[in-house]
Amino acid sequence: MALLEVKDLRTRFRTDDGIVKAVSGVSFDLDRGKTLGVVGESGSGKSVTFLTVMGLVDRRHAEVEGSVLFDGEEILGASGQRLQKVRGKRIGMIFQDPMTSLNPVKKIGWQLEEAVLLHNDVTRAEARRRAIDILKEVEIPKADTRVDDYPHQFSGGMRQRVMIAMALINNPEVLIADEPTTALDVTTQAQILRLMTKLQEEHQMAIVMITHDLGVVAELADDVFVMYGGRVVEEAGVNDLFAKPEMPYTWGLLGSLPRLTMTTDRLEQIPGQPPSLLHPPTGCAFSPRCAYVFDRCRQELPELRAGAVGEGHLFRCHLGDDERARIWAEKKAAFEAAEGSAA
Amino acid sequence: MSEPLLVVEELQKYFPVTRGLIFQKEVAQVKAVDGVSFTLEQGQTLGVVGESGCGKSTMARCLARLLEPTGGKIFFEGRDITHLNRNDMRPIRRDMMMVFQDPYASLNARKRVGSIVGEPLEVHGIGTEHDRKRRVQELLEIVGLNPEHYNRFPHEFSGGQRQRIGIARALVINPKLVICDEPVSALDVSVQAQILNLLKDLQQDFDLTYIFIAHDLNVVRHVSDRVMVMYLGKPVETGSKQDLYEAPKHPYTGALLSAVPIADPAAGRARRQIVLTGDVPSPLNPPAACRFHPRCPRFVDGKCNVDEPLLSPVSGHADHEFACHFPLEHWPMDEQEIRRKPAALAGTAD
Repeated sequence: MALLEVKDLRTRFRTDDGIVKAVSGVSFDLDRGKTLGVVGESGSGKSVTFLTVMGLVDRRHAEVEGSVLFDGEEILGASGQRLQKVRGKRIGMIFQDPMTSLNPVKKIGWQLEEAVLLHNDVTRAEARRRAIDILKEVEIPKADTRVDDYPHQFSGGMRQRVMIAMALINNPEVLIADEPTTALDVTTQAQILRLMTKLQEEHQMAIVMITHDLGVVAELADDVFVMYGGRVVEEAGVNDLFAKPEMPYTWGLLGSLPRLTMTTDRLEQIPGQPPSLLHPPTGCAFSPRCAYVFDRCRQELPELRAGAVGEGHLFRCHLGDDERARIWAEKKAAFEAAEGSAA
Repeated sequence: MSEPLLVVEELQKYFPVTRGLIFQKEVAQVKAVDGVSFTLEQGQTLGVVGESGCGKSTMARCLARLLEPTGGKIFFEGRDITHLNRNDMRPIRRDMMMVFQDPYASLNARKRVGSIVGEPLEVHGIGTEHDRKRRVQELLEIVGLNPEHYNRFPHEFSGGQRQRIGIARALVINPKLVICDEPVSALDVSVQAQILNLLKDLQQDFDLTYIFIAHDLNVVRHVSDRVMVMYLGKPVETGSKQDLYEAPKHPYTGALLSAVPIADPAAGRARRQIVLTGDVPSPLNPPAACRFHPRCPRFVDGKCNVDEPLLSPVSGHADHEFACHFPLEHWPMDEQEIRRKPAALAGTAD
């Protein structure tokens, strides 16, 4: 049994303008010690999916359906008290912006101790000792004095380390990281990613890495799913996904990445904007931007199906297997030509 | 070749740090930009990269004279504009426009698109109201928006569309130089590709010269002819795109390049990385000599922290310069290369 099993998760927000279908049927399993990469653009539903999993969407404005089994126990719709035992204890979370996720008027140490005291029956002195230990573990220099600093005294990269420390302080089994490195410089990003991999090996956690950066996913993930318009449009093992992506949106994402090895002048671009979830297109959500669209795409939502490669690689597309294989072969040749002599 | 569009010599910008409420006593200086020189030809793109706090945005603001430089000289089309006053600067501002990072903060939320884009025309008193409207609509079309968007407000647009509005505003007055300060960092990848392609097309159509500031090396490589890498207010390496990306010399450039995640699982996981420890030191109190030495994997005690390396050319590539005593010799690096000490000191290392 997988550690986290999500089945047909749906989240709809009621707004003044109408119903926003933020997540429309997402299912996945996450095993211990594995890393799941979730890729998508703003508004693809990737963050809302995991906020819903954690019970962090406001039920006054949101309708939630589906099932979230954590270690065999249903946590979707569970009471606040029951969720509290899971959240921050067995499932840790890191958010994108470390400045707004830390309380600016409380010392770093106090904020870490709070997480310990909430879930464990220990003294404040013991909590403080654990706070210092975890700061050392995330490689904060002079942890025993920095523990008494305020968030503004830390740099962006260090604040993100504190967020990671806070998520890890109770030794969670799952770590959900929502764009943990987006606000950081590449060098700091490399440090944080390396730290997360190291901590994963030591603690055998499962990690969910939510990001818009295909590069980050390629480096860390075991399995990946690509989200678009509130649905998973492709899911596969990381090597499969990059070696043989099966649907036009994933092709477009790969083509629009500027790469260090590229020698051409123009990037392949996906025309248009991501869809409005208030008035989603009928049929395939990507159809208005897709270069290979035909009538069926505009009328009928493609099912998540396996192609010629097998069970582990699922995608949504009406194009036939032969046609997709032909188009990808062309794209791949074009990418390779773009890499040119530099490769 | 004709005269270069922009020549910058030893540009400096120091911010004073003051104490006291009434008698503001200067107690220290933040050397945000400390000796940057470069030459930019018409129609070229200079990419500027570095971590946050390296002074790249401050430099851009000095070039556009939004900040008063502390020292050095800026020549625009051969004319020294370093300390021109407001009035003398005004005609030059027509030729120098900026595109900003945050398309949400850089457009006035209470103005309509037409007046945002048309404002430079108004400020410089160009054309009649009718002419201006036509020019603005023409520009909206050029940047890929609908001329009917003239009367809309910024909040009606997505991030990518807003950035197009920002670009239209910069181009409406036919500038020669456009300074782009992280123009695509706030955008999604698919939209980022649209904006990068647009900037390239516009450069060709209007013979624009760009200074393109970004922290993403992939993006900089994609748009630039020349690239300058900055660290704590100083350039550590400059060169043509090919030289810098294919044979980087400075370990900091190596660290930046190797830190970029690669969208290819096999290649990405196999490569050697220089992972820098710690953060960029405070520019208030920068490390002595080579400012990179406390984080450098090739640091040699007694040399790097004593003797400041100056920018010097790579032999055979006069326009590829770096400031390092112990430059990288191989690229891509292997583990040995990352930590290599010069032969004379090899015995004492490790």
